[in-house]
Amino acid sequence: MPKKILFIEDEASLQKTISDTLKSAGYDVLQALDGEIGLRLAQTEKPDLILLDLIIPRKTGFEVLAELKKNPETNDLPVIVFTNLEALKDVERALSAGADTYLVKANYTLDEILMKVKQAFRE
Amino acid sequence: MPEQRSIARYINPLYSCRKYGVPIWQCPQFLFVIMGMVILVAIIATWLLANSKISDPFIVNLIVLAVGAVLMILSFIITNSFERLAEASRMKTEFIAVISHQLRAPLTNLRFSLDFLLSGRSSQVKTDPKEYFTILQENTKRMGDLVDSLLMISKLESGNFPLEKKEVSLEQITTNLITKNKSFTEASKARIILAIQPELGKVLADPFWLEQVVSNLLDNAIRYSRGGGQIDITLQQKKNRIFFAIKDQGVGIPKDEQKFIFEKFFRSTNALGKQTDGSGLGLHIVKKFVKLLGGKIWFESTEGKGTTFYFTLPIIKKL
Repeated sequence: MPKKILFIEDEASLQKTISDTLKSAGYDVLQALDGEIGLRLAQTEKPDLILLDLIIPRKTGFEVLAELKKNPETNDLPVIVFTNLEALKDVERALSAGADTYLVKANYTLDEILMKVKQAFRE
Repeated sequence: MPEQRSIARYINPLYSCRKYGVPIWQCPQFLFVIMGMVILVAIIATWLLANSKISDPFIVNLIVLAVGAVLMILSFIITNSFERLAEASRMKTEFIAVISHQLRAPLTNLRFSLDFLLSGRSSQVKTDPKEYFTILQENTKRMGDLVDSLLMISKLESGNFPLEKKEVSLEQITTNLITKNKSFTEASKARIILAIQPELGKVLADPFWLEQVVSNLLDNAIRYSRGGGQIDITLQQKKNRIFFAIKDQGVGIPKDEQKFIFEKFFRSTNALGKQTDGSGLGLHIVKKFVKLLGGKIWFESTEGKGTTFYFTLPIIKKL
């Protein structure tokens, strides 16, 4: 059974590139273009990992993270924050809200992102 | 308590200097303290000198008072201009930070797409490489648009912006733009109702830039009406001015954010919730142009109900 990754990101071009990269590595990818859909899919589809952008419509990434951690059904899902925000206060806020890894989009290549995902699965 | 802390911060020159990020000798607040000391010393020195030369105490006091007043006015002018310089420097730093952030998003998209195409992964997943070329094309355009807007702002702020002034029909510009945006309007499920007062006068303006103003306002109205809604555009003539109004039933602007709406790079939280790829430059440019064309711009907005933008332009008087 391939691992299921939920990618919550509003930018369509990024959604396409990252999802295709993850699919090419053998993962199943669920796509959500806003925070509300993301939260709903996290509850109904029970993914193995969530890749979460912070500036997204309807609910921000921080709100999604807080709700995921509040719900006993989703609080143990590993979350990788994938964002353009790089201020220390945002990193601290996301990590203290329960994110496992914090990645700034501009600092990583596709291979490195894939590696971080594999690390999260301890593959 | 917080109020006391902010007063203490206000009178503490070192705290204010950190805010501007300039060396202490270029910091307006610190220079103000130094100026105060110089004034005190100068007044005492004048008093001592005048006292030793002039016997009438009234004249001595008058001289000291005059010297003090002149020094005070001078120091006020100097520190005031320093403060404006420091503020401009702070804004420039902020400007660069925001620009880098805005350019970074499309750049990252370009880099990821090129990475993907070059990695050969496209053969492993059923994807059409054409889609990636579209991503490259869209993001290049996004960067180009941002650079164009920045150049325009820079020209506008430096004050050397050549404007061609000729007789223009605002009615014609508006009608053309509505036609041009037909598919975007339909895709957003919006409906445009245009009401034009008959025999509307012409305005004296640069047609290209006037089109940019209307285009920006129309684009915003359609963009934030996504999901349906009526857009009413009204063109009226009152005395020697043309009134343009565009009313949408979109997300509206939260009350506490309304005062920032024409500021460079400002994006309403409601706008961010609907559309995250705007640059926050459109309305800033629109306001600058309307002013340059001799008009006024303002708006009314209720969160959740919609926004109406108005602008006026002087019409050409018929002889």
